[in-house]
Amino acid sequence: MADLRINFAGIKSPNPFWLASAPPTNSGYQVQRAFEAGWGGAVWKTLGEPILNISSRFAGTHFNGQRMAGFNNTELITDRPLEVNLKEIYETKKRFPNHTIIASLMVEPQQEKWHEIVKRVEAVGVDGFELNFGCPHGMAERGMGAASGQVPELVEKQTMWAKEVAETPVIVKLTPNITDITATAYAAVQGGADAISMINTINSLAGVDLDTWNTIPHVAGKGAHGGYCGPAVKPIALNMVAECARNSTINVPISGIGGVSDWRDAVEFMLMGAGGVQVCTAAMHHGFSIVEDMVDGLNNYLDDKGLDSVEDLVGKSVPKYSDWGDLDLNYKTVARINTDTCINCNKCHIACEDTAHQCIDMLTAKDGSNYLKVHEEDCVGCNLCSIVCPVDGAIDMIEIPSDEPMTWKERETAIKQPSCGISLVK
Amino acid sequence: MNRFKDKTTSLKDLSLNFNEIEPDLSPKEAMDESNRCLYCYDAPCITACPTDINIPSFIKKIASGNMKGSAKVIMDANPVGASCARVCPTEDLCEGACVLNDASLPIMIGNLQRHATNWAIKNNEQLFEAGEDNGKTVAIVGGGPAGLSAARELARLGFNVTIFEAKEKAGGLDTFGIVSFRLPQEVSLWEVEQVENLGVEIRTNTMIGRDISVSDIESAYDAIVLAVGLSKVPMLGIEGENANGVHDAINFVETTKTPPLREDFIGKKVAIIGAGNTAIDAATCSVRLGASDVKMLYRRTEAEMTAYEFEYEFAKQENVEFRWLTQPMKILTDSEGKVNALECIRMELGEADVSGRRRPSPVKDSAFTIEVDAVIKAIGQSRFVDLIEEFDLSHDRGIVTIDSDTHQTSNPKVFAAGDVIFGNGQGEAMVVEAAEQGKLTAYSIYKELIGENATVNA
Repeated sequence: MADLRINFAGIKSPNPFWLASAPPTNSGYQVQRAFEAGWGGAVWKTLGEPILNISSRFAGTHFNGQRMAGFNNTELITDRPLEVNLKEIYETKKRFPNHTIIASLMVEPQQEKWHEIVKRVEAVGVDGFELNFGCPHGMAERGMGAASGQVPELVEKQTMWAKEVAETPVIVKLTPNITDITATAYAAVQGGADAISMINTINSLAGVDLDTWNTIPHVAGKGAHGGYCGPAVKPIALNMVAECARNSTINVPISGIGGVSDWRDAVEFMLMGAGGVQVCTAAMHHGFSIVEDMVDGLNNYLDDKGLDSVEDLVGKSVPKYSDWGDLDLNYKTVARINTDTCINCNKCHIACEDTAHQCIDMLTAKDGSNYLKVHEEDCVGCNLCSIVCPVDGAIDMIEIPSDEPMTWKERETAIKQPSCGISLVK
Repeated sequence: MNRFKDKTTSLKDLSLNFNEIEPDLSPKEAMDESNRCLYCYDAPCITACPTDINIPSFIKKIASGNMKGSAKVIMDANPVGASCARVCPTEDLCEGACVLNDASLPIMIGNLQRHATNWAIKNNEQLFEAGEDNGKTVAIVGGGPAGLSAARELARLGFNVTIFEAKEKAGGLDTFGIVSFRLPQEVSLWEVEQVENLGVEIRTNTMIGRDISVSDIESAYDAIVLAVGLSKVPMLGIEGENANGVHDAINFVETTKTPPLREDFIGKKVAIIGAGNTAIDAATCSVRLGASDVKMLYRRTEAEMTAYEFEYEFAKQENVEFRWLTQPMKILTDSEGKVNALECIRMELGEADVSGRRRPSPVKDSAFTIEVDAVIKAIGQSRFVDLIEEFDLSHDRGIVTIDSDTHQTSNPKVFAAGDVIFGNGQGEAMVVEAAEQGKLTAYSIYKELIGENATVNA
């Protein structure tokens, strides 16, 4: 039984699974139910000026019969009065003193407004704050959320204002709707953030109805962009976490958010530098009980790996994440088909034939049976065949001996030639 | 995989027993199942289908919601694809070849095919168009699967086609010979309608050799397709065969295909002689007509029976009793000439005969009698030898000899397809085989009369 507790930027939590600031953390009733189900913490749905929501605000993107491969929303911050939220935070914290409650905040970019809300919220006993610089819809039109979060100066300044009065740790939640997330992450660190969290949702349009030609969802025949999340965004979120984690100037803990659906996703985020994870879509899809397997699966994984603590995972894969120019140009793998396991669907053959390097042959054995074979001398090790193969273990990518390692950067240095961009100018 | 939801039979309203037993897939089931298909390249299911339906293609189209496209892929390759979705031995053909047999469970190809064609039936879609008139005429003798298939392709190729059908409706075996709870008649009639809508004339109640002479047909058309199938069940050659209560299985099944259903089987004891698919149909129809005791008598054993595995399983579920190694010797009657018992003798298997099956022979002093109210004969079907001879075609005991590439008979103007050529290594007695033969015959006629290879635009 491993120790699942984390200490995230000074915030203690019984396990690394927090509910992200979103509809599941809208009320004391919900957060208390979540804690009872086993969630380690909750980031209370963003507190701020009362706003009005629209009816019809979520949409799912389904893929090949799998529902909610992605999820889209046009919902805004809390629509409940601040006093009510504060009362419920107080009650919830009293009932669950060992669970983590973070207050998500969003106000206009004015110093006194940040001071006021931080003080009022801190008074009810939260464990920390998360500044919402990510919400891409609605609030952004009023200069808040992503409108602030896309401007590094505003991120830095507002973080500073919050830090001026906060006694508990301040996490800055970043928007992915930006070219280089490390720029705003750095700004948050410059502003004094104790931690950063990412990603908020990505600008998206879930779909268009083929019969009515309305957007999905639509509000009385009109639609607007929403925020995308769920399993589909995980690779984008993981990259942003990794980019920040490997950047030495962003030396604060990272809370990983974006498509975390089970313990495996959580482990990946933690290996790539996240000190904990936040979950929303998976809970909205399946209910709070999904955390049970997250905790249990993580525990079993740690035991299998002989690790005593979940914190031992954090950042273990970060040194393995680098730039293309640091990859070994001489490294070589080839596909090898295990004819015992292969079921002869020939998907690898046609994928390679039509869209890759034409190196998987369909052959007939003496006994009349069909089999597939890779002619390895032409295989570039692109992995496509093993990706389309529906059977685990039917195609292995085999590492084969090659020349001494040499990266692009080393090669450039060795041949002392300007990089191609410059030589073209010449 | 057994999805039969209602296993009870009704005695109040027998017609309920003849509703299709296997429900259509729900849209969700169809979506789940179609998404499970791997969309194999050079898929073995296609190779295993006698009509080469592009199965991964039609399944992908279900998954993408392109139902019309899906139905067209099926019906393009197989003009009786809706019937075949119900009657094909899929576990031996497409589903048997599915690569997922080794990995999990094969795709329910038959059920998906039924789902797609049901959509076309419900939406009253005309899937194909007639080709530009090429001025040539073809007569098709027999409106069963082979004849319809040939007619459909010939019409698309621009021929003027007339089908001569002896019965009151076309469709042959699909319309009259397959039990309603497997294949409702309206499915087969929809396929007939698809062909008629291409401008094919179907002259029903018209028997060649009786209503129109063979020579008239020969002189009036540029080509003839003989697709008359098979005839009645042959005589057993035992005493009492003409008694009241002895039925021909083909005729018997036919009586259950059109209302009203007979009520004289309720509570009766029925013996079926034979163990092929038609015998099973006769047995299960008897059960569904309310018979209380249904036995199948077969002179060989379970191992030699020719019924499909799924038919056999179905009969067992219907409480049909199987009596192996049992040969009927004599049908006994009461004073009014009505069947009341069957005298049988036990058999044993000896050496293998020419067909490779062990030859049954009677066990001495083993005669016994069983009480029955009806006897149904299902020991195969005889052939239309007279008609074949009227056309002056070479044949072997009623199996018309053809050039296997062109389906041309010894009379260059006459082509043959379907059960009329089944036997002697010429195909298998399956609806799907007949459909393929009909297609090939159409292409061969095109080659013969137009001089080019046929191409049909879907």
